[in-house]
Amino acid sequence: MVLAFFAYCSLVSIVAGFLTVALKNPVHCGIALLTLLLHVAGLFVLLNAEFLAMVQIIVYAGAILVLYLFVLMLLNLKTDERYLHSKLALILFAAVAICGELLLLIVGSPFSGLKGDAPAEVVLKDGVSYAVGIKIFSDYLLQFEIIGVFLTGAIVGAIVLAKTPTSADTDNREA
Amino acid sequence: MTVIPLSAYVALSAVLFATGLIGVLIRRNFIIVLMAVEIMLNAANINLVAFSHYLESMTGQIVALFVIAIAGGEAAVGLAIIIVVFRGKISTNVDEINLLKW
Repeated sequence: MVLAFFAYCSLVSIVAGFLTVALKNPVHCGIALLTLLLHVAGLFVLLNAEFLAMVQIIVYAGAILVLYLFVLMLLNLKTDERYLHSKLALILFAAVAICGELLLLIVGSPFSGLKGDAPAEVVLKDGVSYAVGIKIFSDYLLQFEIIGVFLTGAIVGAIVLAKTPTSADTDNREA
Repeated sequence: MTVIPLSAYVALSAVLFATGLIGVLIRRNFIIVLMAVEIMLNAANINLVAFSHYLESMTGQIVALFVIAIAGGEAAVGLAIIIVVFRGKISTNVDEINLLKW
């Protein structure tokens, strides 16, 4: 059962990732990316990370993907006849070489290490959200605050970049 | 309890990362390039959560949470840059955006 669920989620993820890269229409790419994100959330459930699965669905599928689709709608892009990069052959060669080395490294790596302090029984006693919350607000509090500052900076940057330039802005630039 | 080996997750993550990398390199549309970056971030997240589960530590899940937050910021700023570039009547094809100042 678990194996079937893993096989389903991973196969659909790979196919959806391939379609995201290969499809011509940007909106279709967005829908394929949505499929990928939902199935990755399914994998998170399989890995005892229910909180992260919900965050993945709410933040990724609910917010980020809608942002992409909104920009696609606003820009009203026409798909070109030639939608791949002009130096496709050279780039594909480099990419395949890099990926081959990546897979070689993975095959040769021993996957083991020190066990942490959160085995499944301990985590499941109070729930995953509880365990994540305790950890994030004690050991990772500073990083959590930094993420807050980072997101504020990103929001301010995005607004400053995307706002319509007024005449005062263009005067300043020319002066 | 678990019948799926850790290497299955790592292999899946590697395949997804490679797909995203190839997408970043071969596509011309800037928005699709950003989507391919999201695929790569998701591959990294699968890796983090899988190791967090198999090594019985909470740290991987929390780093994955931070990665999701950073992906949100990256998407916002990247799409704002696309809007600026598109407003200057330049196409959103990455191989035609080759001037820093014009």
